[in-house]
Amino acid sequence: MAFKIIASSCTACGACEFECPTAAIKFKGETYVIDAKKCTECDGHFDTQQCAAVCPVPKTCVKA
Amino acid sequence: MSQPFTISLDSLMKPIDFEAMKEAATSGGCSSSSCGTSAKPSDMDEATWERIKDHPCYSEEAHHYFARMHVAVAPACNIQCNYCNRKYDCANESRPGVVSEKLTPDEARRKVITVANEVPQLSVLGIAGPGDACYDWKKTEATFSAISKEIPDVKLCVSTNGLALPDHVDELARMNVDHVTITINMVDPEIGAKIYPWIYYNKRRYTGIEAATILHERQMLGLEMLTARGILTKINSVMIPGINDEHLVEVNRWVKERGAFLHNVMPLISDAAHGTHFGLTGQRGPTAMELKALQDKLDGGAKLMRHCRQCRADAVGLLGEDRGQEFNLDLLPEEVVYDPSKRAAYREIVAEERGDHVRAKEKAVAAVKENAAGGHTILVAVATKGGGRINEHFGHAKEFQVYEASGRGVAFVGHRKIDAYCMDGFGEDATLDATIAALEGVTHVLCSKIGDCPKDMLTAAGIEATDAYAYEYAETAISALYAEATADKGEARAVA
Repeated sequence: MAFKIIASSCTACGACEFECPTAAIKFKGETYVIDAKKCTECDGHFDTQQCAAVCPVPKTCVKA
Repeated sequence: MSQPFTISLDSLMKPIDFEAMKEAATSGGCSSSSCGTSAKPSDMDEATWERIKDHPCYSEEAHHYFARMHVAVAPACNIQCNYCNRKYDCANESRPGVVSEKLTPDEARRKVITVANEVPQLSVLGIAGPGDACYDWKKTEATFSAISKEIPDVKLCVSTNGLALPDHVDELARMNVDHVTITINMVDPEIGAKIYPWIYYNKRRYTGIEAATILHERQMLGLEMLTARGILTKINSVMIPGINDEHLVEVNRWVKERGAFLHNVMPLISDAAHGTHFGLTGQRGPTAMELKALQDKLDGGAKLMRHCRQCRADAVGLLGEDRGQEFNLDLLPEEVVYDPSKRAAYREIVAEERGDHVRAKEKAVAAVKENAAGGHTILVAVATKGGGRINEHFGHAKEFQVYEASGRGVAFVGHRKIDAYCMDGFGEDATLDATIAALEGVTHVLCSKIGDCPKDMLTAAGIEATDAYAYEYAETAISALYAEATADKGEARAVA
């Protein structure tokens, strides 16, 4: 149960990093990456996945 | 007329010889005691003038002398606008939201100090994204606090969409951020829904009228909070024909009531190649004359800014020029130490030059008013490198500053961007066609030099171009042109 970031469409704006409630997102190399072990899909925190809600590019933060 | 100083502000392109500049500034007919007096407009109080006189965006007069720089430290944004595509990034593109490289707060500190050492006109440091400075707050805050420690007199400003603004107004006030720009495109959520597809607020995404309603309420709250704390505000509105063009009259009224200092109506930039929603759906931007007609209609409401160049989120230099590429990250030294001497020397010279300019301007405005019998109006495009003077070749100009002379005097009313006509000494006819199109409505062109060929082509297009007023102040030359134009029309006043 985790989300992932499609690197080719990520703008590296970093909004997902500071919205993530479990600190699962980090900048690595050229893009942001979600740590599948830490990602809870925001279950128990929010109704919707924060990374997907704030991401400016459609279909970039998606179910892994 | 007082003798113009022989220093030219274009000499700033080269290494600066301050001793020579100072000598020129103090020798040229500038011994009268009135020299160096305030360039303050008569309808503004002294305290406000002190706060804006070196800010190129808040004072049209200052933009001839002072430069701004934006540091792109805030890439994250909390709303989507239909005129913005966050994927787009190009070094050759000049418009808001576009940058070539994002900076960390420490990289920004090195960049600002390097620029302050090399660009003495620098007076303002702004954070305008490329996302939202208030939403990406931690980076904005870290950047400002690092830089204000080293360059305490640099003016700090931010640009924001307003959604996260109310959360940070007190911190902005504490950090001495004295100028805040809010982009407000509507005060009616029905219209807002056509401009903003979604917002991210309180940990969720909102769409449609609900999104626009929240954004509108937060923008008004933020503006009121800033006004209550005495922070100067500029409202940017993107003019989108058929969507909010008529509505901006209402926006102007709302923001004036809430204490906005300036209202800046900017034309929508729309191109399918930018990949924005408006670009892809064929939404057009306004023509230069449509923009001017709306600005003229707003005259008398909240004070208008007409000299905006819609600069990039990483622009460096005077408005209308962008030296950002000279200060890319890989060109910056690892260790930087701020040296205030160049900025201080430049300020001294500008203080004197401005006093002279203001007196020349007053004289010109009075002369035009006197000649104004018959209600004749001329629209004059001026090629300039700065300093308020006609000091750029026609063929080298990348933009013209446009002034209107009428019964009300002489006033700066806008600018027109063009592609430089002259490339390595060879002009291209195709480019001049585009220039002529860009000069729609303009009756006269003033420049420091123009060849016979482009001059004849302009004449054929009904535009009178001349280099007879080279290096004069724009207003002085325009007042002479106006006297000629009214005499030609047989409308010259009867001399008593």
